[in-house]
Amino acid sequence: MLEKMIFGRYIPGDSFIHRLDARAKLLFVFFFIMVVFIANNWITYGILLVFTFLIIKLSKIRLYFLINGLKPVVFLIIFTFLLHLFFTREGPIILDWKFIKIYEEGLKQGIFISIRFTVLVILTSILTLTTTPISITDALEILLNPLKKWKLPVHELALMMSISLRFIPTLMDETDKIMKAQMARGSDMTTGNMKERMNAIVPLLIPLFVSAFKRAEDLATAMEVRGYRGGEGRTRYRKLEWALRDTLTLLTLVVLAVILVYFRN
Amino acid sequence: MKREIISLQEVTFTYAEEDIGIRPAIQNVSYTINEGEWVAIVGHNGSGKSTLARLMNGLLFPQTGTVRIFGEPLNEHNLWDTRSKMGMVFQNPDNQFVGATVQDDVAFALENNGIPFEEMVERVHASLAKVKMSDFMNSEPHHLSGGQKQRVAIAGAIALQPSILLLDEATSMLDPQGREEVLQTVHELRKETDLTVISITHDLEEALLADRVIVMNQGEKYATGSPHEVFERGQELIDLGLDLPFAMNMSRLLRAQGVQLVADHMSEEELVNDLWTSHFNK
Ligand SMILES: Nc1ncnc2c1ncn2[C@@H]1O[C@H](COP(=O)(O)OP(=O)(O)OP(=O)(O)O)[C@@H](O)[C@H]1O
Ligand SMILES: [Mg+2]
Repeated sequence: MLEKMIFGRYIPGDSFIHRLDARAKLLFVFFFIMVVFIANNWITYGILLVFTFLIIKLSKIRLYFLINGLKPVVFLIIFTFLLHLFFTREGPIILDWKFIKIYEEGLKQGIFISIRFTVLVILTSILTLTTTPISITDALEILLNPLKKWKLPVHELALMMSISLRFIPTLMDETDKIMKAQMARGSDMTTGNMKERMNAIVPLLIPLFVSAFKRAEDLATAMEVRGYRGGEGRTRYRKLEWALRDTLTLLTLVVLAVILVYFRN
Repeated sequence: MKREIISLQEVTFTYAEEDIGIRPAIQNVSYTINEGEWVAIVGHNGSGKSTLARLMNGLLFPQTGTVRIFGEPLNEHNLWDTRSKMGMVFQNPDNQFVGATVQDDVAFALENNGIPFEEMVERVHASLAKVKMSDFMNSEPHHLSGGQKQRVAIAGAIALQPSILLLDEATSMLDPQGREEVLQTVHELRKETDLTVISITHDLEEALLADRVIVMNQGEKYATGSPHEVFERGQELIDLGLDLPFAMNMSRLLRAQGVQLVADHMSEEELVNDLWTSHFNK
């Protein structure tokens, strides 16, 4: 559950997008976020929508999953839309009812912002839906590698991330077990007021922490025994392979940027 | 005579050095294990078995005495080299699974030791084939049974082609079937290679499989010998807090009931054979 919240849910597949190198996809999303800001009129936002639609088609992901990904941010999108709608006071008035005045520019900005948001969320969802968390971790480690110069512990961070991902289901199971054990002893976590419920959580958290620390200690020993001594001199079992299609994919972004610049006001 | 592979000489170890008066976890223990041997170390809870394991692969260093591996005293310089020749499997299947999937986990020790990619792929496949887990290459740990996880842990331990496999209660959290799987796997491995196996256990059935048994009691070496020699001590072992193997216990109880039995029985099969032939021998 938590895993899904953090990294979306990977859906196995064999589409063009699935086969792209995780680094290419990460870079693509990163630069796409910048390119989106070039758009500033109906044509350019239209182009963005068409572009995103093409990517959805290429990923062969069912719309259902993308809509699911949008759900948590729908509120945010509507909120910013309304904010722009009511508080931008430029251009001719298109609606004047009692104390509400809506200006043309407000409506336009509201729609634009919503499109921008939606497009970004869809693209990041596609990234996480078509890439395994472990590849994303690997890609991050490689892409952030230059930052080692500034003493950023890139390898350690990536390892932490992959171990956390690996242990989420284990700890979830454990939470479940402890919860049942406490319920069998008469603890009630689902009723009562806020304070009572908080109190009921304590006997859940303490055993969970104790066991997590025990696990961490065991894991550290197991890693040491298997020869782990930091990133120095390590080889990698997971290989990311950059292919021509990855370069081409990034190039389409350049093309998109050029087109957007051409059509913007 | 086989070459010695691990040897402890008068090793004493205390966890809390500052607390004088506390019984050391390991007290004046000496033994030698030869190449290709299967040695079981048994003892009650807290008798110092895990501490011995930690001393043997340099997770801990003794206060007095020496630990020799491959004839050389274990020290900081040859520590990592030694570890690469000694695979180790622990008790809890979950807490030693590092990789995101089975193959990642098996590759972990290989990555740490800088094995080149192509060789790594080969070894991962070969190790998984040896423990019969090839079909689970891409499985995530929470989709595996305890026994399967332990087999993966063994694959990860043997991927570096070590000379020694050290199992610290590797089967104690498993159900009988999982235990059988793991022990079977160790058996198969020993057939193919000259692997030295040290299995720490308080399951005496498991100790029966060994060539030699070392009994630990309160941090001291209590006895050593072939399983037969050791288990003949019967009541003595029970007093140390150990459980006799099922068949031995059974024949003890049968004798107590006045049933005539010919010999001592290590395995269930021996006992059954004796029982159904006992009438003819009258
Ligand atoms: N990290 C530690 N710090 C302090 N004392 C410890 C530590 N680990 C073990 N001990 C103590 O050392 C003694 C030997 O412990 P050890 O874990 O080696 O026993 P064991 O034979 O492996 O027991 P078990 O069958 O329960 O695994 C025990 O008395 C224990 O309390
Ligand atoms: Mg132990």
